[in-house]
Amino acid sequence: FLGAGGGNDIQWCFSQVKGAVDDDVAEADIISTVEFNHSGELLATGDKGGRVVIFQQEQENKTQSHSRGEYNVYSTFQSHEPEFDYLKSLEIEEKINKIRWLPQKNAAQFLLSTNDKTIKLWKISERDKRPEGYNLKEEDGRYRDPTTVTTLRVPVFRPMDLMVEASPRRIFANAHTYHINSISINSDYETYLSADDLRINLWHLEITDRSFNIVDIKPANMEELTEVITAAEFHPNSCNTFVYSSSKGTIRLCDMRASALCDRHSKLFEEPEDPSNRSFFSEIISSISDVKFSHSGRYMMTRDYLSVKIWDLNMENRPVETYQVHEYLRSKLCSLYENDCIFDKFECCWNGSDRQERLFSTEPFLSSFPPLCSIVMTGSYNNFFRMFDRNTKRDITLEASRENNKPRTVLKPRKVCASGKRKKDEISVDSLDFNKKILHTAWHPKENIIAVATTNNLYIFQDKMN
Amino acid sequence: FSCGAEGLSTPSVFQDTQEKEAVTPERAEEAKLKAKYPNLGHKPGGSDFLMKRLQKGQKYFDSGDYNMAKAKMKNKQLPSAGPDKNLVTGDHIPTPQDLPQRKSSLVTSKLAG
Repeated sequence: FLGAGGGNDIQWCFSQVKGAVDDDVAEADIISTVEFNHSGELLATGDKGGRVVIFQQEQENKTQSHSRGEYNVYSTFQSHEPEFDYLKSLEIEEKINKIRWLPQKNAAQFLLSTNDKTIKLWKISERDKRPEGYNLKEEDGRYRDPTTVTTLRVPVFRPMDLMVEASPRRIFANAHTYHINSISINSDYETYLSADDLRINLWHLEITDRSFNIVDIKPANMEELTEVITAAEFHPNSCNTFVYSSSKGTIRLCDMRASALCDRHSKLFEEPEDPSNRSFFSEIISSISDVKFSHSGRYMMTRDYLSVKIWDLNMENRPVETYQVHEYLRSKLCSLYENDCIFDKFECCWNGSDRQERLFSTEPFLSSFPPLCSIVMTGSYNNFFRMFDRNTKRDITLEASRENNKPRTVLKPRKVCASGKRKKDEISVDSLDFNKKILHTAWHPKENIIAVATTNNLYIFQDKMN
Repeated sequence: FSCGAEGLSTPSVFQDTQEKEAVTPERAEEAKLKAKYPNLGHKPGGSDFLMKRLQKGQKYFDSGDYNMAKAKMKNKQLPSAGPDKNLVTGDHIPTPQDLPQRKSSLVTSKLAG
């Protein structure tokens, strides 16, 4: 596969790995979300222990032209704490479900982080100078005896070692009865939505004591509950449009201009099912675990247990493309149900600068346009992750493992043998480690750098620069 | 990228030469599950499983039990939660202290180490 085809073929190399080496994983260290900021300079992770760690990419070193800057720890803080709601006898986990960055407006960085119940807006700012030369205080902060002050001076700012501080600027609480699964910042950069199993709320970033309910699918009689909301996202360009996915494999697109409560969808995306294929597992494996708009906003991608689907917003009755992530698991559904793996929620992502459409018919002749490149990525088991190139229709399986960690060595593709004779270098389905799941992956918004989270480690891969 | 056939394959349908009808892998798995758990709900992925999802995090401290047990305690000396800390409702008085304490992580994430 090396060198075959056009210049779009990416050769992935190991760059860095973060986290403990030992196999004994503490619950708190389980990574629960990964997200690049809008420039790609910062990479945030959230974990089950409620902590956020932010990495910053080093400035590119002119002498090291063969690799992009490394990501080093920039800031880390405790975002959420465990709580107990005595009124409802409900334990509230501190696990960070999602992090979403705001676009940068000034020197500070802002992100939203959420657990099951509360969303917080964090400000991350740098301090690299401090005032010195106070008249009434010593440098260490102790107060001076005023009678010993004989002259006055003007305090000045002097440089200090860089300090990065995180402070919670807004706390958006008490608006969700059920567990928050998604947050999404609107393209107006003023509002955002938060979605739980049954409801979606609209917030203004400045206002914490009010939230508007825009979707409510709770039935009057809970016995009639048949589906829950699994993910939601705002359209990247239309500030009035958002989508939400369900546990039954449907996606609804809603327009906030239509009514205050968007219980009636504007579009319903659903692939018809062959009733003769229906089984006990059908609904469970059709549950959508993630939905992501393409950068143009014309397409959206959904992830269900076994596949990734690409939908054209103009076509509701079926996806335009379907990619099988690990079809060999279809004949293992019984054991995957017994060990609960069938309920694992995999995420998916587009390549950072996904470009799918030619803007003009003369475009191929103009070399100034970036090449078409549209790749989607998602995780699987055994620390494998998959990429599908929508233009070449080729796919690849790679592994996040410390055994592959030689920088600049291209990662070797993996292959799972579904049945029959296993070739050398293939791994059989029964040998897969189902405890090694890659649920969270992220793609740098501009470059071919990806962040892949295993249970408790974060891997960074980049394409080989020649 | 490799030209992996597994990427776009449709589910395989294998023929058991002894049966007349084709059985999809999914149906075969379903039969296995039903054989193991004959009492499994007939509503595939239905309300029960969704309700369980909605009730995640529910713990057993019940202020009703607590107050009723305290009321009973007039003459008898009721024990507080015994050796089995999971059992906090019933005859003994449950207390918030009986719930496993969730302390926030004081340790820095190992990703930052």
